[in-house]
Amino acid sequence: MPVKLTIDGQEVEVEAGSTILQTADYMGIEIPRFCYHERLAIAGNCRMCLVEVEKSPKPVASCAMPVAEGMVVKTDTPMVKKAREGVLEFLLINHPLDCPICDQGGECDLQDETVAYGRGKSRFEENKRAVEDKDFGPNVKGTMTRCIHCTRCIRFITDVAGVPELGATGRGEHMEVGTYVEKALSSELSGNIVDLCPVGALTSRPYAFTARSWELKKTESVDVLDALGSAIRVDTRSNQVMRILPAINDDINEEWLGDKSRNSYDGLLRQRLDRPYVRNKKGKLEAASWGDALKAVAAKLTKAGGSKIAAIAGDLADAEAMVALKDLFTALGSANIDCRQDGAKIGGPRGSYIFNSGIAGIEEADALLLIGTNPRVEAPVLNARIRKRYLKGGFKVGAVGPAANLTYKHENFGDEAKILEAIASGKHDFAKVLKDAKRPMLIIGQGAVARADGDVILGLARKIAEATGMVTDGWNGFNMLHQAAARVGGLDLGFVPGKGGHDVAGILDGAEKGEIEVVYLLGADEIDMNRLGKAFVIYQGHHGDAGAHRADVVLPGAAYTEKGGTYVNTEGRVQVTRLAVFPPGEAKEDWKILRALAEVAGHAPGYDTIEQVRARLAQVNPVFGRLDELSPAAWEAFGAEGKVSGDAFAATIANYYMTDPISRASTTMAECTAAFVNTAAERTGTHG
Amino acid sequence: MSFFDRTARDWLLTELFSGMALTFRYMFKPRVTINYPYEKGPLSPRFRGEHALRRYPNGEERCIACKLCEAICPAQAITIEAEPRDDGSRRTTRYDIDMTKCIYCGFCQEACPVDAIVEGPNFEFATETRAELMYDKDKLLANGDRWEVELAARIEADAPYR
Repeated sequence: MPVKLTIDGQEVEVEAGSTILQTADYMGIEIPRFCYHERLAIAGNCRMCLVEVEKSPKPVASCAMPVAEGMVVKTDTPMVKKAREGVLEFLLINHPLDCPICDQGGECDLQDETVAYGRGKSRFEENKRAVEDKDFGPNVKGTMTRCIHCTRCIRFITDVAGVPELGATGRGEHMEVGTYVEKALSSELSGNIVDLCPVGALTSRPYAFTARSWELKKTESVDVLDALGSAIRVDTRSNQVMRILPAINDDINEEWLGDKSRNSYDGLLRQRLDRPYVRNKKGKLEAASWGDALKAVAAKLTKAGGSKIAAIAGDLADAEAMVALKDLFTALGSANIDCRQDGAKIGGPRGSYIFNSGIAGIEEADALLLIGTNPRVEAPVLNARIRKRYLKGGFKVGAVGPAANLTYKHENFGDEAKILEAIASGKHDFAKVLKDAKRPMLIIGQGAVARADGDVILGLARKIAEATGMVTDGWNGFNMLHQAAARVGGLDLGFVPGKGGHDVAGILDGAEKGEIEVVYLLGADEIDMNRLGKAFVIYQGHHGDAGAHRADVVLPGAAYTEKGGTYVNTEGRVQVTRLAVFPPGEAKEDWKILRALAEVAGHAPGYDTIEQVRARLAQVNPVFGRLDELSPAAWEAFGAEGKVSGDAFAATIANYYMTDPISRASTTMAECTAAFVNTAAERTGTHG
Repeated sequence: MSFFDRTARDWLLTELFSGMALTFRYMFKPRVTINYPYEKGPLSPRFRGEHALRRYPNGEERCIACKLCEAICPAQAITIEAEPRDDGSRRTTRYDIDMTKCIYCGFCQEACPVDAIVEGPNFEFATETRAELMYDKDKLLANGDRWEVELAARIEADAPYR
């Protein structure tokens, strides 16, 4: 029911239950705040948002005051100004005013409000309170003397991240925010409390003291370290990424970002391939010119040709590069191409491999079945969305897969694939839960399909979806959660074995037996390099990881912050990253390398510019023509009939902090691994 | 009439004598010129000369890498890079001033919250090459060490007016 009220003389009608602050925000009237945040629970403890309400004897905290019919609110009276000045003066009493050495300086809410409401001089002559700094682990730096006790971090960690590790101890001046017993924050979303902190009490540890907010160039882009395609902002200075922050995209990440995506940017500076290398006769990689390297590659590819060459696309490959590579291999007459390094049995109709309901669709679901997935490590931001839905109530979650702490209540039915058969046939209790739900949903992870009987399990999942009414008009609850940013794009492009072609397992077998003589790795590092046998390996990518180590020719490519690359997220949403810095040394954008190689090999494709490549993408699959929107996929038959093996679903990610060449090269992620994965108890004397 | 007057003055050399008298008078007045390289004129405590980075009396460098001087510098002559020092404190790893860009406006010392970067009294730092005018942190700290007594005295002298 709408309520009519007046704020600053303007009449407005809003839904009952909104607060004065929300109404003012909606009207564009600015009210200062420290503790209120639109995505967190309301606390009402900073008192900065005081406003005057007629017939109320005292100023009212607008963030916690619901609107009422006929309310008359004033936000710009002398009384309001005086009240806010008083509040700010109290906040500044114990704030150290060490702005020059504080990383929040320049983007600090307290600084901004002090400009508006500060007195300019302090009347406080006693000693300021000092609080010991706390160690929150490798991601967050705590300088708790600066804390103004807004409790945003506590509310985020408890409600959104669901890892209640932060809390306040003591009262009044003795109140301290901390982890009770000092320890590193184990949440995968802990970096977000740095953004939430309105002062410099919580700052980013990897970014500490390296730059100031005003000297950074900001580039909006898309994250590729998991398959969500979260919106990010890449902050750069000269030609270096200084930090990565989440940007707002309500459909995907709201305004959160996982720690790996946020803090592995230092990996973009280390272990980079900055010039082409060719292995010489002594077996050592030797720096070469682009011309020589491309000639060497083209000679090998054209000489072997046909079924003796193969290409594998990695998890960070952009669609432009994949289409260029596919076109080249088609021209060379080879069907041995694959983008599924883990051997996942997917790639049928589009509806079978995307997150059909959309990430925002989770909030509309009322029952969820997780199959062989641990969203907390595979996509922490998506897990926060599931938790958000869970907190609203009326949401049952069941899981088939390895037991894990998902931060919300769920029932784990075990990790055997056979349980799926029971659910599909309706014999299982949870089948009824799904059937009774209005909008049931399942999320199937890569752990369920990247196995020998993956297509059977995919078929079972389809059966479950159909039997429990997950696919109806306007609702499709069949969702696949990917781990690789390149995967959906690769499948959309058809970067899968063609007629008579081999998939990754077949390519590796062939290479081992000597049937495949040349293997082209487009940023593929997750395969078993020992199985490549005597094959001539070309590695095109940006990091000196497993692939480059094995390669006979190394072609340096660009990382996701260094190119405008098209990526399709797990929902099937086509997004484009933007160039924030230039690739190091002689490295080039990946599609350009492949375009040049195709020309040297005598198969020049019909595109020379990025626009032409994108037009080619849209020609291969029209979804690439629709940026940033969801394209609903038709529901078709997929999967296979058959018997599932007795194997249990295995966890696919052993270490959330190191899943790709970028995060493996990052020292921050190495510190996280040491702090959270290889904890002291598991260390032996041989650990550094 | 004026013709006769002028002619008489010309013949009697009155202008020459009055001019010589003026010259002669100055021989008995104090000199206004100074013997420059050996003598120097007075400088205001606010004189903005060559830059220096100061230290605390215990030898700790004052600069905390807040980058306010870099931000305010209208000529963009200052370049700073920073990182946490081993003891966790915020310090510069690089503090460069391009003295050929600098316009000696003094904004850097105005912006400095810890009186680290100052423009000292030294104006005699001409060099033979441009490269010598690209000051780095070592040079600036050495300047600070050399001029510290005077720098401290200047800041103290100017303190009542700040």
